[in-house]
Amino acid sequence: MAQSELDRQKQFRCRMLVCASTPCISSGALAVEEALKKAVEAEGLQTEIETVATGCLGPCSRGPLVTVQYEGQPDVAYEGVTVEIAPFLLAKHAKGLLVPELDNKAIPADWPFFAKQKKLVLAESGTVDPEKLESYVARGGYSALGQTLREMTPEEVCNEMVKSGLRGRGGAGFPTGLKWNMVRKAPGERKYVVANGDEGDPGAYMDRTLMESDPHRVLEGMAIAGFAVGADQGYIYVRGEYPLAAKRLEKAIRQAERKGLLGSRILDSNFNFRIDIRMGAGAFVCGEETALMQSIMGRRGQPVPRPPYPANRGLWGGPTLINNVETFGNITTIITKGATFYAAYGTEKSKGAKIFALAGKVNNTGLIEVTIGITLREIVFDIGGGIRGGRPFKAAQTGGPSGGCIPSEYLVTPIDYETLQRLGSIMGSGGLIVMDDQSCMPDVAKFFMEFCMDESCGKCGPCRGGTVQMHRILGKITNGSATMEDLSKLEELCIMVKETSLCGLGMTAPNPIYSTLRYFRDEYEAHIRDHHCPAGVCQFTEKPLRIAVA
Amino acid sequence: MPEASPKKDAGNGKPAADPRYKGIDRVLKRQQYKQDALIEVLTAAQEAFGYLPEEVMIYIARQLKLPFSWVYGVATFYHFFSLKPQGKHNAIVCLGTACYVGRANEIVDAISKEFNVDPGQTTPDGELTLTTTRCLGCCGLAPVVVFENQVLGKESPDTTVDKIRSVLSGAAPAATGATRVEQEEPLPA
Amino acid sequence: MSVVTLTINDKLVSAPRTATLLDAIQDQGIDVPTLCHLKGLSERGGCRLCVVEVEGSPRLAASCVTPVAEGMVIRTHTEKIIKYRRQMIELLLAERNHVCAVCVQNGNCELQTLAAKLGVTSVRYDYICPDLPMDASHERFVMDHNRCVLCGRCNRVCDEVEGAHTLDMAGRGIHSKVIAGMNQPWGTSRSCTSCGKCVQVCPTGALFKKGSTAAEMKKQHDFLLWILDGREKKIWRWS
Repeated sequence: MAQSELDRQKQFRCRMLVCASTPCISSGALAVEEALKKAVEAEGLQTEIETVATGCLGPCSRGPLVTVQYEGQPDVAYEGVTVEIAPFLLAKHAKGLLVPELDNKAIPADWPFFAKQKKLVLAESGTVDPEKLESYVARGGYSALGQTLREMTPEEVCNEMVKSGLRGRGGAGFPTGLKWNMVRKAPGERKYVVANGDEGDPGAYMDRTLMESDPHRVLEGMAIAGFAVGADQGYIYVRGEYPLAAKRLEKAIRQAERKGLLGSRILDSNFNFRIDIRMGAGAFVCGEETALMQSIMGRRGQPVPRPPYPANRGLWGGPTLINNVETFGNITTIITKGATFYAAYGTEKSKGAKIFALAGKVNNTGLIEVTIGITLREIVFDIGGGIRGGRPFKAAQTGGPSGGCIPSEYLVTPIDYETLQRLGSIMGSGGLIVMDDQSCMPDVAKFFMEFCMDESCGKCGPCRGGTVQMHRILGKITNGSATMEDLSKLEELCIMVKETSLCGLGMTAPNPIYSTLRYFRDEYEAHIRDHHCPAGVCQFTEKPLRIAVA
Repeated sequence: MPEASPKKDAGNGKPAADPRYKGIDRVLKRQQYKQDALIEVLTAAQEAFGYLPEEVMIYIARQLKLPFSWVYGVATFYHFFSLKPQGKHNAIVCLGTACYVGRANEIVDAISKEFNVDPGQTTPDGELTLTTTRCLGCCGLAPVVVFENQVLGKESPDTTVDKIRSVLSGAAPAATGATRVEQEEPLPA
Repeated sequence: MSVVTLTINDKLVSAPRTATLLDAIQDQGIDVPTLCHLKGLSERGGCRLCVVEVEGSPRLAASCVTPVAEGMVIRTHTEKIIKYRRQMIELLLAERNHVCAVCVQNGNCELQTLAAKLGVTSVRYDYICPDLPMDASHERFVMDHNRCVLCGRCNRVCDEVEGAHTLDMAGRGIHSKVIAGMNQPWGTSRSCTSCGKCVQVCPTGALFKKGSTAAEMKKQHDFLLWILDGREKKIWRWS
């Protein structure tokens, strides 16, 4: 199949790849694709030029993006392509005309946004057609699954994961190989594999992009995991806000089943593996693994105390392997290229590359994949192209509502799981929001606390009541009615909620306050003592707080 | 008032002729009436009715043989489900981090003031529902508003209010290069 | 039965392998505060009052849901933990309306007792005072959401012991609420067997029997005039 697809692709001297992931679609990518197709037809070039809707290229704010692959020439990517401009692409590349309109649209090949990245998981995102199995297979897809089924034992697969040094991409960074081995060794009649795609952190969309752009890669990773741990059923839990991702995954599952790559007796082996999609229904806490399992079983998504850990007793009492979607995206690379290849990237303790969603006040926002250990400076100033409007960098927020802010003095620190934790933040799932001097830290902390308050499941007291009280105090600080005593109350609450909460949501909810207090305490004090917001965000109205409690 | 008397509807509580139950029945069958499928079934109901009317939840509870309070508890746990009818038009303002840093809350305030509707509420005439959401994953386009199923990027309070006003007053939606999310791809055969 | 040995507050003790930490602690006669835990019901691990320090673990462990293990070293009453427990009680008191003076449970309330034991004399946090209803539609019992601490005992006893599953939790976070049936007046729920187990397990005055509130104790003296006037003058005065 791979060969026939490659042959088919070779017939075309030129391929035009239009990014069709959610942000580019919002900017009008589908209309552009339509316009390109029409232009090709109008010129009668259907046999020579192919237009393909692909996955994400990365720089989402510059969409719609089109990449032109021309035989014997380096690929050229264009940004901000509109319906009007689309025909010019054809004129330039198919007819060799000079089109000055396109000059400032072409993205230079050495643009640091691309040059500084290392794409392992997103390697094929932007070149494969996410809705065509053939397209994935032509780029070597499902060869890793074939290789494991033919040549490896489950134990060998797990050990390969251990050797690769891959760590969970969901945030906590638990060694993946170790987890797989635990599930493999756990006794149980039926085991399950779950891909966690409930990406609830605001500002993070790595999983969505991966599921939208390269769905087969995730499925293949899950199937390999199923083989390694001895599971025959997989669930992929997709956040409810991602209908496009779910649709593409569903299509991918059906295609793979038809070709015998999923389902019964995969690739004529004795291995059976089914994957079902479960849609989330809007609850951040369901990103927590025990809550996620409750949700898969159709219940209220409230976390359950561990132990027992899911690896021993998870879905319907069976041993369950839960990994992040991005973690599953790494599997095929490790199998085909080998653990040693993979382990060559990254730092001593954190291997490989990590996808970040770069957003906020930087010039280039979008999705990036970088080797772990890169410095924040490289991300913000090289890949991100610096702060918008040339303003000063103030802080970078990583890990969403469970993470913290990293101030400018740590721009040079290499980013990995341990350093981020030491700085009071977490790697998280990979949201990275850059803030300039116009962002007010107590206000940002209040924003995250409001989020945690809304998303607290209400099961345990410290998180349920604590988040409300912390939010109230932050409200007082930002409206100018707080006292220094409130600040010490806030700190006390932070520590208590962090230490006593039932699940990860509560344990990490105080992080945004904690880290901003650590680096920007003077800002809090300015609000309280001087009724002054250094960033000019807070209005000191001293109006009573509006917190609706039904 | 939920009289909740099982005798009242000795059948299965389904109004005979309401075609909207078909979608629910299809999912029920596909999931083989498994209790674990409650969320899938509720999702189908929400899509068919636009919200979860009480009699629909009672119907689902009967079909899955679950206690009423269980179904109600699950339905109110997840934000996706609404127990109140939604407005004819729905404006969703993203309040993810990037949008928040991009002052999306000012957009919420502007809509709220202009159309006299609080976030999460529907105008009394049932025309407009204003909702906020946590990150649509279009952070590169922040601040983002979804209106009439169109994702609108790089919005400001004024542009959003203008667009909503023009739609509510019956004028054609102001297209700004945005594409309908729904029609993005034909369903696979 | 196999046994493990562990150290609780510097004392070496043994406990059955199947025990929880809370079992082992209580076996020693040590009083660890609990709220959502109740013997006979499944463990919820929600109130977090029973947290203890486990040596070598970065996290505190809720003793009611943590199994004992060989060689564990536990501390149940460190300064830090006592402070946390006080804060938790304060949060609970601030969360709804816990006005003991007008509560039917005054004097027999677990929350009140815990607060007294832990020396919570004032609440430093804002009272949220949500506007919550009271459901007196049941012929025998009353549900007062203002006194509820969301411990979930009533839900569990209704499901696990009575098997009716009339009560469950709805909403989430601070908006969580115990509901009957489709969030309907309790008295209209057909699944309720009126067994009263929920009332018996409720730690506070959130669930109580009718006829026990202060207002219901009020004597009616004016009935005499009503009757006498009616008998003698055929006049019934509606005061």
